Amino acid sequence: MTDDPLVAARSLTKRFDGFTAVDGIDFQVRRGEAFGFLGPNGAGKSSTMRMIAAVSPPSDGTLSVLRRDPVTEGPAIRSRLGVVPQEDNLDLELTVHENLVVYGRYYGLPREECRRRADELLAFVQLGDRADAQVESLSGGMKRRLTIARGLVNRPELLLLDEPTTGLDPQARHALWDRLYRLKQQGTTLIITTHYMDEAEQLCDRLVVMDRGRIAAEGSPRELITSHVTRDVIELRFAVGEQDTHVATLDGLADRLEVLPDRILLYTADADVTEAAIASAGVRPEATVIRRATLEDVFLKLTGRTLVD
Amino acid sequence: MATAALRVLEAEALHYRRAWRGSVVSTFLTPILYLLAMGMGLGTLVDRGAGTAELGLPYLEFLGPGLLAATAMQVGAGDAAWPVMAGIKWRRTYDAVLATPVAVRDIVTGHLAFTGLRLTLMATWFAVVLRLFGIAPLPRGLLAVLPAVLAGLAFSAPIMAFTASLKSEQGLTNLFRFGIVPLFLFSGTFFPVEQLPDALEPLAVVTPLWHGVELIRGAAVGFPTAWHPAAHVAVLVGFLTVGLVLAVRRLERRLLR
Ligand SMILES: Nc1ncnc2c1ncn2[C@@H]1O[C@H](COP(=O)(O)OP(=O)(O)OP(=O)(O)O)[C@@H](O)[C@H]1O
Ligand SMILES: [Mg+2]
Repeated sequence: MTDDPLVAARSLTKRFDGFTAVDGIDFQVRRGEAFGFLGPNGAGKSSTMRMIAAVSPPSDGTLSVLRRDPVTEGPAIRSRLGVVPQEDNLDLELTVHENLVVYGRYYGLPREECRRRADELLAFVQLGDRADAQVESLSGGMKRRLTIARGLVNRPELLLLDEPTTGLDPQARHALWDRLYRLKQQGTTLIITTHYMDEAEQLCDRLVVMDRGRIAAEGSPRELITSHVTRDVIELRFAVGEQDTHVATLDGLADRLEVLPDRILLYTADADVTEAAIASAGVRPEATVIRRATLEDVFLKLTGRTLVD
Repeated sequence: MATAALRVLEAEALHYRRAWRGSVVSTFLTPILYLLAMGMGLGTLVDRGAGTAELGLPYLEFLGPGLLAATAMQVGAGDAAWPVMAGIKWRRTYDAVLATPVAVRDIVTGHLAFTGLRLTLMATWFAVVLRLFGIAPLPRGLLAVLPAVLAGLAFSAPIMAFTASLKSEQGLTNLFRFGIVPLFLFSGTFFPVEQLPDALEPLAVVTPLWHGVELIRGAAVGFPTAWHPAAHVAVLVGFLTVGLVLAVRRLERRLLR
């Protein structure tokens, strides 16, 4: 019973007026894990999240959330979910604290309990000193934290986060990751969408790579990297117009070559060996970067496109 | 379900508590200004001419209840226009509400209940104003509160459905410019609809405002209603019910896609 997935989708499909946004995807989310949807703009991440959140009926396929049917048991599911939508929809006319209290009331919590949870959650997202501020006066990062606090007001078993850190500066992102990590430690199951591969690597135990409504691959960040790309990557940049002349020479020096408009990527198990080979082949790039392979490379290999364009 | 709608009502009340000043001043002051200018100023002229004989009662007594109905229409229409558009589109607060167990029908009924409360407050104050101007004794004025609330809601529900299907706010501007304002002027508030050109008369009769005016005038100053009061009530309840069903359906289609 405890091994039952919290969310299970089979051939899940979403169409909008004939346009297929989610194209028959299968996935399962287990209790206690952080599960990610990694994909570029328009991949169908938000559409999938809205179906899980029981506010958008699937066009096809089956979906169960918390062992219930989101179409017929929406309210029962939503009472146990927390939702952080892609775009903040906080109530700008209310204060920070009031936003949480009002939201708690929608879940049918007693007023006193709402106030207590609001205090507690504001402390958790480090907004305790802004409790009486108007939401309008908050920075983007603060609003995001408040939206997360709001999503936690009913103590959800499952928290849905649609691009939780898009648009935030690095410091704010790390602060948010830290809070999400704590939630996970406390046993909350997280479903996260992102088009940042570092976010997926930091937060997700398991993820699916999504592109154009389909799932291209699934696994832990490590598994995805080891099974789809090599350990190391060498990025070479050349003077304008020179790049093409080197492709033929470089081909064969690495396991795989990826030619992007502005650089060439060489995938290799050992960057030192390959770098030496490049030098002895007489190729002189303007700049060389050696790094570990990331999910971005996995995405590039699977879809032929970069994640963030 | 009923309790979820109450939560929506509660949230609206909290909003109102934070932003009541502007609307209260205008709701409280406007009837007084109108009654002073139109009722006493213009009314004196009307009554000096053939007005009273034609109307069957002094102009001020004719105008007061009509004005209550027209104000109810404006409150009801206004509440179903911009705040609803904000919830759907500008601020997307309805999306936030719908992520909780609250359903679309709760949003609609809760919102209408709040409008009903505002209408009750407004109409009660109006009863006091009618008394101050010597138009109607307080008990009769209070008797008009219920029809006023009903008339306001008979506008609010269908307009909510209308707003739910709008892409842009231009539709709302047009609704007021070509719908609410003409009704305010021509639907029996300032003069009887019988004075309208014959072609327009039936048009006034199919709007909720005219039925509201008839009921309120009957309640406040005892003027005989055009139809049986029950028939006027039935029409208003009809507008309210159909509007409510349509509003729920259209909002569901729009927000839960
Ligand atoms: N309500 C809608 N009506 C019509 N098309 C829609 C609707 N919602 C989404 N789409 C389309 O479905 C596709 C997937 O959209 P979705 O928002 O799920 O992508 P996403 O992965 O969340 O992208 P992003 O990273 O930009 O948020 C897009 O092409 C989008 O235009
Ligand atoms: Mg999205």
